[in-house]
Amino acid sequence: MSDSTSAATGTEQTLRPHAETAFAAELAALAAADDRPRPARWRMSPWAVATYLLGGTLPDGTVVTPKYVGPRRIVEVAVTTLATDRALLLLGVPGTAKTWVSEHLAAAVSGDSTLLVQGTAGTPEEAIRYGWNYAQLLTHGPSRDALVPSPVMRAMAEGRIARVEELTRIPADVQDTLITILSEKTLPIPELGTETQAVRGFNLIATANDRDRGVNDLSSALRRRFNTVVLPLPATAEDEVDIVSRRVGQMGRGLDLPAAPQWADEIRRVVTVFRELRGGVTEDGRTKVKSPSGTLSTAEAISVVTNGLALAAHFGDGVLRAGDVAAGILGAVVRDPAADRLVWQEYLETVVRERDGWKDFYRACREVSV
Amino acid sequence: MSTTDDVLLLGVRHHGPGSARAVRAALDAYRPQAVLIEGPPEADALTALAADPAMRPPVALLAHVVDDPARAGFWPFAEFSPEWVALRWAAKAGAEVRFIDLPAAHSLALRSADDESGHPDGGATPPAPAHPADSPGDAPGPEPDPDAAAPTPDAGDPGAAARIDPLAVLARTAGYDDPERWWEDAVEHRGSAGEEGAPGGEPGPGGDSADALAPFAALAEAMGVIRQTYGDGGHTQDPLREAHMRLRVREARRAHERTAVVCGAWHVPALAEKTTATADRALLKGLPKVKVETTWVPWTHRRLARASGYGAGIDSPGWYRHLFTAPDRPVTRWMTKVAGLLREEDYPVSSAHVIEAVRLSDTLAAMRGRPLAGLAETTDAVRAVMCDGSDVPLALVQDRLVVGEVLGEVPPDAPAVPLARDLAREQRSLRLKPEALERELELDLRKDLDAARSRLLHRLRMLHIGWGEPARSRGSTGTFRETWRLRWEPEAAIRIAEAGIWGTTVESAANARAEDLAVHATTLADVTAVAEQCLPAGLADALPTVMRVLADRAALDADVAHLAAALPALVRAVRYGDVRGTDSAALGAVAHGLARRVCVGFPAACTGIDADAARVLRTHMEEVHRAVGLLPGPDAGGGPGTAPAPVPAQRPGPDPARELHDRWGAVLRTLAERDEAIPGLLRGAAARLLLDDGRLDAGEAARLMGLALSPGTAPTEAAAWIEGFLAGGGILLVHDERLLALIDGWLAAVPADSFTDVLPLLRRTFAEFEPGVRRGVGELVRRGPAAARRPPGPADAGLPGFGTALDRARADAAAHTARLLLGTLTTTDLGELGDD
Repeated sequence: MSDSTSAATGTEQTLRPHAETAFAAELAALAAADDRPRPARWRMSPWAVATYLLGGTLPDGTVVTPKYVGPRRIVEVAVTTLATDRALLLLGVPGTAKTWVSEHLAAAVSGDSTLLVQGTAGTPEEAIRYGWNYAQLLTHGPSRDALVPSPVMRAMAEGRIARVEELTRIPADVQDTLITILSEKTLPIPELGTETQAVRGFNLIATANDRDRGVNDLSSALRRRFNTVVLPLPATAEDEVDIVSRRVGQMGRGLDLPAAPQWADEIRRVVTVFRELRGGVTEDGRTKVKSPSGTLSTAEAISVVTNGLALAAHFGDGVLRAGDVAAGILGAVVRDPAADRLVWQEYLETVVRERDGWKDFYRACREVSV
Repeated sequence: MSTTDDVLLLGVRHHGPGSARAVRAALDAYRPQAVLIEGPPEADALTALAADPAMRPPVALLAHVVDDPARAGFWPFAEFSPEWVALRWAAKAGAEVRFIDLPAAHSLALRSADDESGHPDGGATPPAPAHPADSPGDAPGPEPDPDAAAPTPDAGDPGAAARIDPLAVLARTAGYDDPERWWEDAVEHRGSAGEEGAPGGEPGPGGDSADALAPFAALAEAMGVIRQTYGDGGHTQDPLREAHMRLRVREARRAHERTAVVCGAWHVPALAEKTTATADRALLKGLPKVKVETTWVPWTHRRLARASGYGAGIDSPGWYRHLFTAPDRPVTRWMTKVAGLLREEDYPVSSAHVIEAVRLSDTLAAMRGRPLAGLAETTDAVRAVMCDGSDVPLALVQDRLVVGEVLGEVPPDAPAVPLARDLAREQRSLRLKPEALERELELDLRKDLDAARSRLLHRLRMLHIGWGEPARSRGSTGTFRETWRLRWEPEAAIRIAEAGIWGTTVESAANARAEDLAVHATTLADVTAVAEQCLPAGLADALPTVMRVLADRAALDADVAHLAAALPALVRAVRYGDVRGTDSAALGAVAHGLARRVCVGFPAACTGIDADAARVLRTHMEEVHRAVGLLPGPDAGGGPGTAPAPVPAQRPGPDPARELHDRWGAVLRTLAERDEAIPGLLRGAAARLLLDDGRLDAGEAARLMGLALSPGTAPTEAAAWIEGFLAGGGILLVHDERLLALIDGWLAAVPADSFTDVLPLLRRTFAEFEPGVRRGVGELVRRGPAAARRPPGPADAGLPGFGTALDRARADAAAHTARLLLGTLTTTDLGELGDD
């Protein structure tokens, strides 16, 4: 979905320049051509931000590359949400370009995508509010100078967009510190008896994975502060096969696996199985199937194929066959040993078994399933 | 303005709430004495009913050919239809109302002529009743044009591609890709945007009349340009229709000072055109004609909606209705409604959500450059703010509010619906008189007349018209015989009127109703019940939909018990289809799929359940077992009418029925041989079914029983096993003394304190044996374990009352009959055999 091949013309030696650096030219051209009203402290109008993400051609002939390939509606709702000072929550399974979209939104709106909090199970409150420079604190006592602001606090003070990655991985009590920030638009500092109030232009983009297990669900109080946009999986099988092949190709080179042309068929098969189980309906739209509890994301399809390649290269004759991916698919599909196994067997018996040219796959899957 | 002083031409978009408001304002300003409306003139006599308070839109004018109700046209009116507004306005103001379109007598006749020439193989009657007028949301012209709207999916009309959609042309010119959206922005929202905050729609008394008419003038001008460019735009019947309209307008102008015409905007330029009456009359000369009757029928929002599969319509009748009825702040009121619905369904939605949703939709509209938030913006906002980005609650909003479940009502004095006529006709031709007195009717389905009667009665049952109730046949139990108890109650008339919404003939209505029942069924078994009903009712058109729903439901149903409950009815239906010679291939395929799913899920469903659940599953197991045995191969339905061979024919190659049989056998074997995780009742029952089927020999059965009754097993568990095993009848124990000895030995070994626990179970098991069997078992046991433990010799010499060896002569005499019964030979073989 994300177009990572586009003009990544980082000037220095950085492995991966920030969006505002990589696409500085486009951003400048858009801002110059944009004559629509801009919200306070926005670099460009909401319309121009949407154009930056979706691509287009400006009146002066500058071509804006599309950063996000997907429904226009989604980008429009996301940008509009930022303009209404409601926080934006981007949901989606892994590999749906949540982070990518959030980075580009921040780059386009405030020209800075670096005010970032990475959510982990160990993210402390200080990462969202503020910390202390203890040397300062001990020598001079509590003061503004001893205070270390978090990216969110800086964004509030400067009227920029802050980003929180993987919001649902953050422990629930830490998540809830966002409530005051988002509803009162202020961050109290009781130690100093003062506060930092957000200036206009501040907003927050959070990303979260909506089908992962073992996450901390948002409290309803926090959830109410967000507008939610779900980023969909690739719309067509073609798109997804394309993404998987490209990523597998890259990873295969990294693992020094030999490239072979007959990948394509097996990748298509894996993607088809994943899409059908995920979507609950066969690709021809004729038969419904049950969906297992796993996410079956594009990212998992990539790992199944890579595993299969490694199997074929090291233990087989180097040709990717049904047997090499079957075990991987089983592992990805059957997460709950009782319910998912049933789903998988039903799928095998009612869909795979009757499909032309899938005999080898059916046999391989039955072998590993029993 | 394209209007002379004594005529006001109001070009509208059918079912456009903005148009409806504008029409009301224009009529208030102009105060015409006569209102002419695009619609079939045959319905002129029915306009008074529109003022009846018992009449509640959505309703439709229905015109149908007198002796062929399947040829019919509908002109639907919603509360927000400009035509309806005009009708009601005229009724209130006392103005005269006339319908001015080409008479249905001609348009229906023209249509059937088209059908015959256009679809040589389709026959005169289209497969589904056409709803020609159900279209007109987007094309302002051709609503009642039975032909242009041609909504049946098979309308492979050669002309269809050539026809233009005038709205689409205007929208493209304005830079919109979606004509609906352009219309919303350019017309619908103009009115409401201006009135925002004002008590809507009703301009003050003596409102500026030029203002009220301005939108019509602009639209007429635009349509004029389009018609200059595109001519009739491929709407071939339009010249005829417009000629007729002009004639009627002329008549009205002669009689009244002020006349208002409400018609599709597309027709306005043609009506304003200067032509001579003679030229118009010449055009209309010699048109084919049929006898037509008209009436009002109730309609639904779902039918107005495009999604219902009735061809072109409007996407969002509920939204339009809201726009039309909301006095002010339509978006805010809409969001409040959505919040109310979501709360009812237990989604946590607060007022803060409503506020944010309104803000988001307004901002979205501004960003998209639209004057006011439309349906697209509000939907996006609802999804992002109230539904946490999920489409599941959104589907609810779409279904309940955007489309909306509104059912119209028609006063009882409206003329009879065609369904009643069709029923009366069928009753006449089948010589079945409706009588209030109850009587019984025996039908022999091998006779054509009786088969047709049975079909009719089954169809009526599908429509909930309770005339006939199936009764148990006395005497013969053959599948070709049916007994009905007939009784005509006065309520039936009301039921018929209600059923009129499903179609114009009994058959089409029953088909539509069956499809609806299947789609809205709550459980899988309900769907199979519908499928089972479809066959005797001969509802072949509904079957594909029902089957699709059935397959989908089966795929998603995680409860094996549901699947197992659904299978027997489905298999019966397949068998029934075979007997009747109906095409049951699709049914067979679905049944096989269902059976395979049951096979996959059954063993897992049997683990870790309590005694009650086990009892339920035991019943399912037996029914599935019977069903699997009855199920023919998916394509084995070969010779319709021929009695299926009693012994499955040995076909070369894999036989799906055989394979399924084997698979089910494997499932039973797994169950029979599994350990304690599966209740004894089920293990015992599985072992018994296998034994009866000959898949398990006596020795193995004894081994299984030995395992189940070994000392390590809890006595109650063992007793349950015995119950499951012996539920198929106790005669087995009389014949196989090994089994009896096992039970006897086990029973003797049950410790005293457990004995009282197992006693009720055993008592129940043995109480169900036939008295003779019980006595036999008792006698065997009395003779003592020593006698019973003897290895069973051939022909078991010791049985009391039997000789010591086989009497060959007497056995031979019975052998013929036995073989006949077993089906290993036919009567024709008998002669030859007799010589042996």
